[in-house]
Amino acid sequence: MSDETRRRSHTGRVVACLVAGCALVVLLALLSLAIGSKNLSIGEVWSGLLAGDGSRESIIVWQLRMPRTVLAMLAGTALAVSGVLMQALTRNPLAEPGLLGVNAGAAFAVVIAISVFGAARSGDYLWAAFAGAGLASVFVYLISVRRTRASDHARLVLAGVALTATLGACTRIITLFDATAFDSYRFWVIGSVADRGIDVVMSVLPFIAAGLIVALLLGPSLNALALGDDQAVALGVPVAALRILVIATITLLCGATTAAAGPIAFVGLVVPHVLRLVVGVDQRAILGLSALVGPSLLLAADVIGRVVSQPSELEVGVVTAFIGAPVLIALLLRRRPA
Amino acid sequence: MTGPGRGSVPRGYARFRMPVGSSLLVHRRSAVVATVLLLFAATLAIVEISTGTYDITPSGAFRALLGEGSDVDRFIVVDQRLPRAAAALLVGAALGASGAIFQSVSRNPLGSPDIIGFTTGAATGGLAVILLLGASTATTILVGTLVGGFATAAVVIALAVRRGATGDRLVLSGIAVAAMLAATNDYLVSRADIQDAEVAQAWQYGSLNAISWAPLLPLAVVLVFAMPAALVASRSLRILELGDDTAAAVGLRLVRARTVALALGVCLAAIAVATTGPIGFLALAAPQLARRVARSPGVTVLASAAMGAAILVGADLLAQRLLSPFQIPVGLVTAAVGGAYLVWMLALAPAHRSR
Repeated sequence: MSDETRRRSHTGRVVACLVAGCALVVLLALLSLAIGSKNLSIGEVWSGLLAGDGSRESIIVWQLRMPRTVLAMLAGTALAVSGVLMQALTRNPLAEPGLLGVNAGAAFAVVIAISVFGAARSGDYLWAAFAGAGLASVFVYLISVRRTRASDHARLVLAGVALTATLGACTRIITLFDATAFDSYRFWVIGSVADRGIDVVMSVLPFIAAGLIVALLLGPSLNALALGDDQAVALGVPVAALRILVIATITLLCGATTAAAGPIAFVGLVVPHVLRLVVGVDQRAILGLSALVGPSLLLAADVIGRVVSQPSELEVGVVTAFIGAPVLIALLLRRRPA
Repeated sequence: MTGPGRGSVPRGYARFRMPVGSSLLVHRRSAVVATVLLLFAATLAIVEISTGTYDITPSGAFRALLGEGSDVDRFIVVDQRLPRAAAALLVGAALGASGAIFQSVSRNPLGSPDIIGFTTGAATGGLAVILLLGASTATTILVGTLVGGFATAAVVIALAVRRGATGDRLVLSGIAVAAMLAATNDYLVSRADIQDAEVAQAWQYGSLNAISWAPLLPLAVVLVFAMPAALVASRSLRILELGDDTAAAVGLRLVRARTVALALGVCLAAIAVATTGPIGFLALAAPQLARRVARSPGVTVLASAAMGAAILVGADLLAQRLLSPFQIPVGLVTAAVGGAYLVWMLALAPAHRSR
């Protein structure tokens, strides 16, 4: 097989995955609109979508299920893409914003904003979430720079877990201190896309969209970075500026997601790994596809959470933890001991 | 022959003759450090007993301990402060010793009961009993905690052993399992009504705030048996640290020594968690700190237990007084401080000291 045919078959596979991914997202979004405590048929969803009047179906579809469906898609995209970015930045296949404490940093900052500065609306504490996520990303990056040997991949995860534990403990001290903060916090901390109004969704939409566009544009530079700093410089990539841009993008994506949906872990770990198995190591393909597979995963997790424990619901963060932790175990155990 | 001469005792060690004809090598600096730490812990405990929000002079507190003074004085000192200080000392010692055993067996400074998921699993068990069965008597919580802890430890060890258990695998599978259980815990708390949730939440983080004499009795009984056994087992632990081949060559029965040690470690951690709820990162940090202060070649059980007791009493003082009158669960204080210590140990310390 010549290089040309191989490249063409790879491109064909990526295109096929893109089409399949789009179809999957649309299908799961329709399911997410249809399934719940009152199940609708696809026909009812369709008429509810089109009608937009005061009919029963259109109220269920537009007011109850549309915000959470859109938020699940946004959060899934943001988390999966930031997982790809973080793995490229730290050159560590186990890096993930949820595990490494970026979401915990955002959560801690949000709780500080709520209880100390009295922020009440999600628009107010969005900025706190950005600050927390940004500081935690910088910290994680600094740790990963100090330890770049291959055997230290697990150590970065451990340091991230410790950072998450520390920030979590501080967060909990504050929420225990403050009973009203605790009551809303205990629902928010699990990570859920339910009961978020359309205003919350709209307030984070521009940030996630901006982060996504920047991330997709970074693909070629990240491919160069994967070759090592020297090679990347030789190829004309401004490495330091690229790193700052990547950290800023992770901050935008994770901060906005955490402010809206709470800390959700494991999406950023699972999606890039599955994609690397399917389409190889090209960052452009992985970034583009993770923007489709991430929302699919989160939509699926949200729908599963609505189905398995009826009449109540399982939060999406619980479901992703149960999907993601076995994947993490499998990844860890497959590697040879250092 | 009067036994080997002084020259055969390694540098830094002292030799004690035991009644049954054997002898015991003691790392001198570790013994001194353990003694100093115990004295320090006792001093902190005395401070904790004789000071507080309720105004009573130290001499008044002392008289109350002897059964004199007013009823209120006696209630505060004997029924409130004394069990709390005693529980801090005992739980700290149990967790310190347990952590030392786990770290020694897994030959990994991270192989503590917190990291391998034992404490999170115990919390899941306890929460399930409190929130699902609605039966929160001390006994049922104890049973739930033990079942949860042992089941989690068994799953994690089985996962790691199947692929040739090395320390890192134990730690990493523990982290993954603990992540699942932590999600479950958050879910359970969110499902309860707010009163139950606050009780469960406070318990979930490990707290000495509502301790009384009743739960101290089983703790004390277990410690009376398990602590001396752990000290005896520390001898074979030191040999285990040399590596399996060397240990087998000097005549140690590996499987038996390891099983006995792990069983002791699990017992100590379980009784501590059942008494106060999970105290975060204490079992991880105490042995490491003790080892650094004592400059001992391996993990030492006695110094770790003393360090654990000193840290927990100190952390409890902090938890009580920092935001007084609001009382922070002491487990959150240790989790915040211990977690930061772990970050430092893993990420910022020079490479040769991180193992």
